[in-house]
Amino acid sequence: MAEAVDYKQIGSRPVRPDGVDKVTGRARFGADLVLPNMIYGKVLRSPHAHARIKSIDVSGALAIDGVMAAISGSDFPGGRSGGEVVGEGGGTVDDVAKNVMARDKVLYHGHAVAAVAAKTTAIAESALAAIKVEYEVLEPVLDVVAAMAEDAILVDENQYTNLPEKPEKPSNIANVGHLERGNVGEGFEQADVLIEREYKVPMAHQGYIEPHACVASIDETGRGTVWLSTQGHFDARAATASILGRNIADLKFVASEIGGGFGGKTVVYLEPLAILMSEKANRPVKMQMSREEVFRATGPTSGTVTRIKVGLKNDGSITAAQAWSAFEAGAFAGAPHMPGIMSIYAPYDLENFVVDAFDVLVNKPKVAAYRAPGAPQTMHAFECALDEAAIALDMDPLDLRLKNAAEEGTTAPYGPKFPAIGFKACIEAAKKHPNYTKPVPEGAGRGVSAGFWFNVGMQSSAEVNINENGTVMVIEGSPDIGGSRASMCLMAAETLGVEYDQVRAQVGDTESTGFCNVTGGSRTTFATGMAVTQACEDVIAECKQRAAKLWGVDDDQVEWEDGSAVPGPGVNADVKPMSLAELAGSAAKTGGPIQGRASLNAQGAGASFAVNFADIAVDKETGKVDVLSYTAIQDAGTAIHPAYVEGQMQGGAAQGIGWALNEEYIFNADGVMENPGFLDYRIPVASDLPMIDTEIVEVPNPSHPYGVRGVGETPIVAPLAVCGNAVSRAVGLRLTDLPLSPPSILAALDD
Amino acid sequence: MAKVVLPDSFLSYTDGVRECVTRAEDYRSLVNELKERWPDLTDSLEKTAVAIDGQIYQDALLEPILPDSEVFFMARIEGG
Repeated sequence: MAEAVDYKQIGSRPVRPDGVDKVTGRARFGADLVLPNMIYGKVLRSPHAHARIKSIDVSGALAIDGVMAAISGSDFPGGRSGGEVVGEGGGTVDDVAKNVMARDKVLYHGHAVAAVAAKTTAIAESALAAIKVEYEVLEPVLDVVAAMAEDAILVDENQYTNLPEKPEKPSNIANVGHLERGNVGEGFEQADVLIEREYKVPMAHQGYIEPHACVASIDETGRGTVWLSTQGHFDARAATASILGRNIADLKFVASEIGGGFGGKTVVYLEPLAILMSEKANRPVKMQMSREEVFRATGPTSGTVTRIKVGLKNDGSITAAQAWSAFEAGAFAGAPHMPGIMSIYAPYDLENFVVDAFDVLVNKPKVAAYRAPGAPQTMHAFECALDEAAIALDMDPLDLRLKNAAEEGTTAPYGPKFPAIGFKACIEAAKKHPNYTKPVPEGAGRGVSAGFWFNVGMQSSAEVNINENGTVMVIEGSPDIGGSRASMCLMAAETLGVEYDQVRAQVGDTESTGFCNVTGGSRTTFATGMAVTQACEDVIAECKQRAAKLWGVDDDQVEWEDGSAVPGPGVNADVKPMSLAELAGSAAKTGGPIQGRASLNAQGAGASFAVNFADIAVDKETGKVDVLSYTAIQDAGTAIHPAYVEGQMQGGAAQGIGWALNEEYIFNADGVMENPGFLDYRIPVASDLPMIDTEIVEVPNPSHPYGVRGVGETPIVAPLAVCGNAVSRAVGLRLTDLPLSPPSILAALDD
Repeated sequence: MAKVVLPDSFLSYTDGVRECVTRAEDYRSLVNELKERWPDLTDSLEKTAVAIDGQIYQDALLEPILPDSEVFFMARIEGG
């Protein structure tokens, strides 16, 4: 498959099946579950960013009336190693376990050190004060570049740089990455223009509206159920079982509706604590983070320092590029430095490049995946450098990108040749877009940037049951974040040849459907959609066999058209087609209920490219920034549900604009985050932004039955440089450090 | 013979060899060949993704390799 075709269901825009429940408040999110005899868990968090734990005594908490369990690091199994958890930079099981609950050291302000469960939240909170923890306070490591120095204070004395030969000394540099091609020195010698800068992107949070929450109900044998808000209940179960040394078969994980994740809910934080305390108390335990806890102890994504150098000829062709990027990992290894360096030059066909990146420990929260992990940070630097080059060459920034654009057959910087891709189509669409052909408003600057993400497949399962009236029930295991149940229904309806309203989709728990990896990596519509499609094809094969039985013909004499089995060549002309409903109605006579299923490890995810541009005005007296218009153009492959593709593009743009203009973790000298709330950590609200205009470019992915590429990650990549370039052009000064908040703009103008 | 390109992270195990050729007819045979030639590469091969003729596989096993194939090893990507 790969040809763009006219579909009957795919490409339509039905209302999502969970829509009414969500707008009426009926939908049940992570914190909405209430069980009989349920008690409430709370976490004691470190007041220090870096300290050795000398002792912990929870007896004072346990002595309080109403407290039913208390735990600390000593309640967790001893060290084990080797395993890794899913998610970009998920890290080792050991590290995740120590992030869930500190052992001998606390590594960031807010690191969990103990937890209690009590009959009421108020009792639990008061019990936290009765836990005695003795610390030896250490100096925190907060600056990523300083942390790389040989004589830097060590976050983890047992951390050695991951190299083929173990270094003699430990280091805060956990991992290094390097890519190169050609001869950069010769490339720079050929250049007519050289651009060289250092760019900074701050640590930022995914900013999901729903805080982490779960309920665990475990019996005295260690078996039980966990209800949780997660991007992947199978992977959450696996991580939790590994941390606690349990058999996954003893734990049933049920995904609630989810109020955003963006990568940050591929991680477990509360679930192991709730399980341990439920066992100790023999009661269900509910745990829910406050917003402050979400900021201090979950997410975020890496802050980075990136040094970039690019050389170009006068015609705009890039002769060489060089980059160096330091990624904050937080307290444990696992920054997205590798996808960062693999994506930095991905949209372009370069002969000479080199890029080095570093995964660096600092005393800040352990980073988690965030939409297109690593790509926004590195591509911000390169896309800003290209804009500066376009100005120097007096060239349209889109033309400069078109001059160097990758296309089918281009060798990607990370190795393989690109199959059919849509980057040039996105640039051409941008050049023709009315928002681009109109003049730049007075006092504003226009910023342009490319975006890119690889997209992934991974494992998915789906079952399709045909009800006795011919309606269709799809069961799969990918939590629905962006409308995936609607997309699954559309692909099932298209494959089976029935109407959308005849299909229902449900996200099954870990005991009611086959394994599915997380909803992340822009994989769900691609991979789980592939599983649903194959399961429907399984149903069709079964239906053809049933019809053959009824008609007394061979299976291969039956064809499937528009939701019915129809007689093929050689079948008696009197035989009438049988609809899915008719076949389902006679299923008892032909072998019982009709079901299809599929499990797969989807390969062949197609890369998704984007071009974004915006007009942004700057008040030079106050530093206030106004986004006047913003346009996002993206190759999504086939858009199964265009409204939800547009929603992903708009949401990613809004998050990227927020990161570029306002969002940042502000730490004091002690490593304490000073803005752990939405009042001071300011994500954009509706009144901050114009309507994000979108244009979907559909270059079908040849590896998917309907041409899906995956959509959700790419949209956050371009906005950082779009805003950086627009604001820089508006003020006539290259601004290199995000966020471009009023104070930082004024400071730059004053300088 | 198929062309095999190794990433920079492999080079210290391969004495700097960045490219080689193979007669292996599938991915498993290729991996076994590489392990035999460079035993220290074993762990890295278990954790890598691979692109065969432009198609990226996070978990390859029996994917065919043709005489004119291009095989690139690369870091695994998961995303958020």
